[in-house]
Amino acid sequence: MDLLLTPEGGQKHLLMGNEAIVRGAIEAGVGVVTAYPGTPSSEIPNAFFRLSKECDIYFEFSTNEKVAMEVGGGTANCGIRTLVTMKSPGLNVASDPLFTLAYVGVEGGMVVVSADEPGLHSTQNEQDNRLYSKLGYIPFLEPSTIQEAKDMTRYAFDLSERIQRPVMLRITTRVSHGRSFVEFDVPRERKVRGEFVKDRINNSKVAIPAVSRKLRRENLKIHDMLAAEGSTNPFNLQEGSGQFGIITNGVSYLHVSDALDDLGVKDRIAVLRLGMSWPFPADLVADFIKDREKILIVEEVEPFIEDETNRVANIKGIDTPIAGKGEQLLPRMGEFDPGLVKRAISNYFGFENPAKVPIQTDDFPAFPSRPPALCPGCPERSTMYGVTRAVGHDDIPFPLEIGCYGLGFLPPLSASDICLCMGSAIPNGIGISRVTGKKATCFLGDGSFFHSGMTGLADAVHHKANILVVIMDNSATAMTGHQENPGMDPSIYGLDKKQIDIETVCRALGVEDMYVVPALNQKKIREASEKAMAYVGVSVIIAKEPCPLLAKRVGLAKKRKPFEVDVDKCTNCRLCITEIACPAFYLIDDHPAISAAQCPSCGLCVQICPENAIKVAKTGE
Amino acid sequence: MNKKVRIYITGVGGQGTLLATKLIGQAAGIAGVNANLSEIHGMAQRGGIVESSVTLGDLKSPMISEGQADVLLSFEPVETLRSAKRCNSDSVVITNTAPVQPFTVLTGSQTYPETAPALEKMKSRVRKMVIVEGTTLAEEAGTIMSLNVVMLGALCKHADLPFTYEHMQEAIKTGMKPKFLEMNLKALELGYASS
Repeated sequence: MDLLLTPEGGQKHLLMGNEAIVRGAIEAGVGVVTAYPGTPSSEIPNAFFRLSKECDIYFEFSTNEKVAMEVGGGTANCGIRTLVTMKSPGLNVASDPLFTLAYVGVEGGMVVVSADEPGLHSTQNEQDNRLYSKLGYIPFLEPSTIQEAKDMTRYAFDLSERIQRPVMLRITTRVSHGRSFVEFDVPRERKVRGEFVKDRINNSKVAIPAVSRKLRRENLKIHDMLAAEGSTNPFNLQEGSGQFGIITNGVSYLHVSDALDDLGVKDRIAVLRLGMSWPFPADLVADFIKDREKILIVEEVEPFIEDETNRVANIKGIDTPIAGKGEQLLPRMGEFDPGLVKRAISNYFGFENPAKVPIQTDDFPAFPSRPPALCPGCPERSTMYGVTRAVGHDDIPFPLEIGCYGLGFLPPLSASDICLCMGSAIPNGIGISRVTGKKATCFLGDGSFFHSGMTGLADAVHHKANILVVIMDNSATAMTGHQENPGMDPSIYGLDKKQIDIETVCRALGVEDMYVVPALNQKKIREASEKAMAYVGVSVIIAKEPCPLLAKRVGLAKKRKPFEVDVDKCTNCRLCITEIACPAFYLIDDHPAISAAQCPSCGLCVQICPENAIKVAKTGE
Repeated sequence: MNKKVRIYITGVGGQGTLLATKLIGQAAGIAGVNANLSEIHGMAQRGGIVESSVTLGDLKSPMISEGQADVLLSFEPVETLRSAKRCNSDSVVITNTAPVQPFTVLTGSQTYPETAPALEKMKSRVRKMVIVEGTTLAEEAGTIMSLNVVMLGALCKHADLPFTYEHMQEAIKTGMKPKFLEMNLKALELGYASS
């Protein structure tokens, strides 16, 4: 049995934060989990994908976050405890159903995980989703440690069921991708079958204005009740004592604790760690700040607690100075680290900071960078290269969206001019082509086509846009770890699900100029691109080839010998390097060569070499 | 048991630094010591820089700021230099010697510097620097893939840790595939015996 499913409690295990959330949900008796993957949340749904094969939990990778929220809203309203997970911008997609679910409520506990990324390690913006909780009256919990990630998940289900409203668990990268020892508890019984109870008298689940007015009144009552309960919430911790005070949350609390220990000032600064800062525990905060000399708020990204603390102080007539964001104090962007927090504390309260000095490094040589790159053999490289060169690399605008192919903006491919979010490429192209008269060429993948590309395509066909849509079908949601999507052959993961054919969908949406090409065949890609550019209207090219990493993982990869450069024929023109930048290439005696260990024999370079100097290696390594 | 130790680990994607990080956590756990681990992945593709950290004992934050590392464990010499700012004059540095050339160097758009002189300078600025022929030792153990365990052997020998070599052996026995156990134990031993 998988460790995370164990019916026993008491033992400690080294878990990643995301695994701790999985265990917390299992201990809470979760019956349904829906998700759209995305860093740093992906390990949560990946674990449930695995676990759902050996227990009766229903799990699905939904087509997008909105769908995940709505499927979850359905199951939770049948009394099933439901977990819905996503990365931070995913909540933008899911916010529509979430805001109204917060009105009509749930019967079984429903927990929504929002995995935020201060520091933007692999996210397109630095949004702080705590603000959603305020906008939508959605209570949220925020763990500092890995143990709390588990405990708060379990608690969040109980809370949600008690107030019959969804509850958010807001985590950040350092919790998601941190690891520590977690003590397990005994899981409660799981319920996976429920009933939908019709309410023909009040229609309390039907969000029409007359009903929503009543529900909003209830929401405000719940809000005030939880705000008052903030003083006794087990996750709002108060530590230490002294004339000064720090209010903090999440991972920042860990930096604060270490800093106070290092500075030896635990008896001078009291700490209030808010594990649940919305509804804002106004009385608790007022009591904490009122008799202190000054207060520092330590929180990453937005001044959420700071603004609320100032509001509370203002209402209650407390004149304790309150600071947080500002020069010499704490920045509004990026992740915090222990040194930065220690410096802010010593600056603000006036303590000596005997920080350890980094060694001198300014006389070290310059280092080469290690930029991320599309993998050797990536079919998206071949497609983006062929299409952009055929349609007019410097003239035609290239809207592109979120996926591995996001790296296509890098030279020499330079195949991306604007990239916003999932589903943005086609509509961006519609707009750009409408006012420029140029046939914008829009790139997206199979995962993003189903996520939110289809609606844009319907718009394009209906409004008779003049765009070229290139769907790079690599048979999986590749960037986040080859999760399934509706276009994928489900049998490769042994799933009993129905595959949806992208070409059929496009034709059904009214696309008439349609090409399906093998993604590694330059000639066919270029021919299709040229024909498409000569057509006025919506053209679609579907370039198909499985991601080589996926093919290798599921045993689909064909055994092929790597390619090598024939030094007698090579004229050292280096087009193989300067045009496609495949990381399998290197220089030997100032001539291009191919690393046999890295080359998956995609053959793109063979098609680019003007001298036919690249051929199958005689002796494969 | 309460001793605070901060270990910063760096290397290149594919070198097994994250598994090494996890094994340090497991060894600490076996010794009954608190451990907090942190790693950054996501966009880290093959060949990208992979950085992680372990804090042991009476520490809560898993992160390590500039100047804070008690130990820098590096799998690649340029990455040792790139992370040097994490060290202070009292740090212990354990570094592998074999370079991993980024493809930007391999294809001629950037250059890979001579690292030995800079490592010499770095050595004079920290308490101790141990240079390990890690990649060679890994090959000796059976495969270059065991580099991470070789480096853990060197870590157990040269750093002042709240757990022992035997705890690490135990972590490897419980945390790694039985098929490669013998080879990994040999790699650990070779790393421990080096320098």
